[in-house]
Amino acid sequence: MLPSRRLAVTLLAAILAGGAAADTQPGAARQRELVRLVRQDCGSCHGLTLKGGLGPALLPGALRDKPLEALRYTILLGRPGTAMPAWKTILSEAEADWIARRLVEGFPEER
Amino acid sequence: MSNTLTLFRSLLAAVCAALLAACGAAPVRGTGDLGLVIERASGAVLVVDTTARSVLARVEGLGDLSHASAVFSRDGRYAYVFGRDGGLTKVDLLLGRIDKRIIQSGNAIGGSISQDGRLVVAQNYEPGGIKVFDAQTLELLADIPSAYGDGTRRSKVVGLADVPGNKFAYALFDAGEIWVADVADPRAPKVTRYRNAGSQPYDGLVTPDGRHYLAGLFGEDGVALVDLWRPEQGVRRILPDYGKGQEKLPVFKMPHLRGWAVAGRHAYLPAVGRHEVLVVDTATWQETARIPVKGQPVFVMARPDGRQVWVNFAFPDNGWVQVIDTLEGRVVHTLQPGRAVLHMEFAPRGESVWISARDDHRVMVYDTANFRELAQLPAASPSGIFFTARAARIGF
Repeated sequence: MLPSRRLAVTLLAAILAGGAAADTQPGAARQRELVRLVRQDCGSCHGLTLKGGLGPALLPGALRDKPLEALRYTILLGRPGTAMPAWKTILSEAEADWIARRLVEGFPEER
Repeated sequence: MSNTLTLFRSLLAAVCAALLAACGAAPVRGTGDLGLVIERASGAVLVVDTTARSVLARVEGLGDLSHASAVFSRDGRYAYVFGRDGGLTKVDLLLGRIDKRIIQSGNAIGGSISQDGRLVVAQNYEPGGIKVFDAQTLELLADIPSAYGDGTRRSKVVGLADVPGNKFAYALFDAGEIWVADVADPRAPKVTRYRNAGSQPYDGLVTPDGRHYLAGLFGEDGVALVDLWRPEQGVRRILPDYGKGQEKLPVFKMPHLRGWAVAGRHAYLPAVGRHEVLVVDTATWQETARIPVKGQPVFVMARPDGRQVWVNFAFPDNGWVQVIDTLEGRVVHTLQPGRAVLHMEFAPRGESVWISARDDHRVMVYDTANFRELAQLPAASPSGIFFTARAARIGF
């Protein structure tokens, strides 16, 4: 690929990602991975049932008053001064958004 | 006709009695080579035989076992399993069933057993504090809330370790304190508080001789140390320069500490947020080396003879295990036991090691001399592995 064409593709991808971050759903296989990631790896601090541990509870009742945007950025950027790490190297913005929405409505079980 | 029936009935009864005698009387055996594997997602534990490398029983009904751990009665017959949901379950290893079970808190993180084996202590996140139970009956004997600040807040408790004298040392994550509870008289516990231990202690360990209690700090650089032989000296900070001024990597899983970190005169500690194992001289508490490894260490465990130290890693490097040769001070072997390696446990004298691979639903057993695979045991999302040899160790 020519450098200029690659640049154009990168730019287009960036624009699409920026504009559609919240709408682009992860695919079914990735969704299963994300459920496992949240249950098992987030679960090491927040508990397998997400009712809290070293980290706070992530059940709908506990998140009711939190804006979706804040949840998404907490996942991506972490919370400085606490044990919550930034997951931006692992998760895309759309994936973080998908996880935040599922948490608020009651996170799915692993199947 | 009725005679034949009577004869048949008595024959049947005799056969049944013989069968019952054969099956009912369990063969006499010891428990020194037994252990438990936690199936974290199914609320079950496997009773395993480390000689035959086999599963003897599967015990169900233990609740939420995410981050579950176990300690053993001093006779090695019972395991006390601490579940995340505050469940404390006493499992009879020989009969392969639950002996007793209580829910002792809303959210727990582990526990320990006293030097004399009479007391089991649970450490709790919610409500924060420790609770002391009679090891035989699980009757509550003492409740010690981890109140701090103005006294209305309660800290999450981490790093509970039994220490000689029927005492327990632990750290308060939110308060940044280390407490030592003397429960020699469990109805009237005496607590010594060490304030300003450091920011966010995440776990603790007591050295195998029971003398030094160390709490790793998450919120700042360094490790807090209490010399339990000289408690009047208070808490002091070691490794103060570690990582200062450098951006740490995101920590996807908290490292774990326990007395297994000590090999000979050195302690091998997981660095927080770095791909390194720290080597500390336990005579001077000075750092002597940093060993580069494949990811952020979670468990750094010395083989019982201290010649090797095995390391597993936080997500996303949790498919690897590395072996450090303590004489050479470097990684000499790298293994891939499976996806999501959560825990390791050595046979009592270290000739083999059992490793859980959560996402491949199996436990791998390796020969530690040549790293050859000895066995594979199926298990559903296995996490912690605990062998009865822990019953005889200080700090568990």
